[in-house]
Amino acid sequence: MSQNIRFIQGNEVCVEAALYAGLNFFAGYPITPSTEIAEHLSLRLPQIKGRFIQMEDEIASVCAIIGASLTGHKVMTATSGPGFSLMQEGLGYAIMAEIPCVIINVQRGGPSTGLPTSVSQGDVGQALWGTHGDHAVIAMTASNHQDIFAMTVHAFNMAETYRTPVILLFDEVTGHMRERLVIPEPGEFPLVERLRTSVKEGVDYHPYLPREDGRLPMSDFGGKHRYNVTGLAHDMWGFPSNNPSVVQGLLRHLVDKINNNSHNITRYNEYEMEDARTVLISYGSSARSALHVVKNRRARGERIGLLELQTLWPFPFGLVRQKCADAKYIVVVEMNMGQILQPVRMAVDNPERVYLANRIDGVFITPTDIKNILRIIQGRGM
Amino acid sequence: MAIKDYIRERFFPHMWCAGCGHGIVLNGLLRAIEQIGISKNDIVMVSGIGCSSRISGYVDFHTLHTLHGRALAFATGVKMSRPELKLIVPMGDGDALAIGGNHFIHAARRNIDMTAIVMNNRIYGMTGGQYSPLSGYGTSATTAPYSNIDHTFDVVNLSVAAGASFVARTTAYHVMQMISVLKQAILHKGFSVVEILTQCPTYFGRKNKLGGAVEMMEYFKNNTTSVGSKAKQENPELIERGVFVRKEIPEYCSEYEKIIQRATIG
Repeated sequence: MSQNIRFIQGNEVCVEAALYAGLNFFAGYPITPSTEIAEHLSLRLPQIKGRFIQMEDEIASVCAIIGASLTGHKVMTATSGPGFSLMQEGLGYAIMAEIPCVIINVQRGGPSTGLPTSVSQGDVGQALWGTHGDHAVIAMTASNHQDIFAMTVHAFNMAETYRTPVILLFDEVTGHMRERLVIPEPGEFPLVERLRTSVKEGVDYHPYLPREDGRLPMSDFGGKHRYNVTGLAHDMWGFPSNNPSVVQGLLRHLVDKINNNSHNITRYNEYEMEDARTVLISYGSSARSALHVVKNRRARGERIGLLELQTLWPFPFGLVRQKCADAKYIVVVEMNMGQILQPVRMAVDNPERVYLANRIDGVFITPTDIKNILRIIQGRGM
Repeated sequence: MAIKDYIRERFFPHMWCAGCGHGIVLNGLLRAIEQIGISKNDIVMVSGIGCSSRISGYVDFHTLHTLHGRALAFATGVKMSRPELKLIVPMGDGDALAIGGNHFIHAARRNIDMTAIVMNNRIYGMTGGQYSPLSGYGTSATTAPYSNIDHTFDVVNLSVAAGASFVARTTAYHVMQMISVLKQAILHKGFSVVEILTQCPTYFGRKNKLGGAVEMMEYFKNNTTSVGSKAKQENPELIERGVFVRKEIPEYCSEYEKIIQRATIG
């Protein structure tokens, strides 16, 4: 069987995967290092009768995709740190109004304009708590092109399943790196379509009345049911309400539909974990260096393994606790000042065994950086 | 259909103050839609945040009550993805031209087919009477206790300069004209702007000692004139009403259809 093999940038992988997942509408604003996603989609979307629009800013971009999602399309935008900051308002709206959409953040150095062309994983915390108010979000990442493809498809599936925005946290290295991608055949990955209401025309449709499993059957704008969508706290009709029991029920629903389904949302890879006494925990491009260290040290007989997280939020506390139960050393490898270190410490039984191997200078973390930390932890000096 | 067939009675009474002009705009808008005879299923109303934006909750269309200033950005996504739908976007003056000013000029520039209604009461009513970009020099507001030194936008001139292909102005007093220009705006293919001067007796009227709703509407009657009228030449202070611009230029979604044709040929 001949395979469809490409040698492309990570940003192009996002494009291929999004189209595979059924993307039909993209709105965005140019920003390094995510711009190639917009460029490629401006070419590809009209070829499949989809639509691309370059908006006046990132605020408008996220709002436009929410509007397009309401008419029944699969939608996405892509940006980097400064644009992601502007999108927090629309992200909160999509959470509150339960609109499926995918937001890609190809991370660069921050804060502010920071390091536009350098790598960072500094937006991990912002993905969780960047928008105001109590809520839950889904944020995912990947370290190689094959996984970027799989996770982008997974992101669309989770967005459509739980009617929520899903954030893909890629970074400058994975976004601009070129490597081999085997494009999966149609049907190789299951694709999720959003639930649509079976309520007949003329019968009272309750757009915001969740089923027992937390999912809400939707009706497309322009379809047979006319209803209200709002970012205000709202009742089952989507009409603004400040009734305390309605508000409490809504917030509980928004958080529970994500947190109670983390088993469906969580994805991870593990390497050499069976008897590992030293566990590296990493994600995104940093996991590439961590994996290199594990392979080298395993070859020399060290009991070391890698837990590569792909779903960052909701944080897989149970998974991390279980995988680290027998570990003597746990080292979180990331390119920030410990944004995943914190939840890992909360997850494990012995937080004093958790260490950080990081870089925050815009330079990609190397295996040597990780080895230097390991030598200190293991008492072997520099 | 009767006007009441266009509203969601379940959500009445509305939350506007006694004497507010927004209810008159709602009435005029529904009459315009009724006279055109568009199906309720074909209309999407997108609004932002503020007193004016609550209009979307009361009407029986597909309604999207969005974020402060962002209504036109949401509407752009709806329209682009389903170009056959009619988009009506009511906004307040602060909503459309302060926080939403950038989206306003860019939607106008694209000439995307939708009707932007600026319900201009020259004040932030929902938050209790702060000055807006339309309040004007010398007015009083809770955030301008020593008099406002901000100059105002002229919504008509701004819309024309930004590229809107239909621009009109009317007031809450001139209801028949309101219905007429709204009909023309909705039927126009392209980005249409209708500025409607409405009264806020609760805040703008009270802070500026303009009297109650009746006195404020009398002001609209006595201080406005038809566009291009002789009265305007004699008294340049008068505010012109009517249709200022109506031009046929390429519409954004129609142009995108051509892009799709170009992309799918190769």
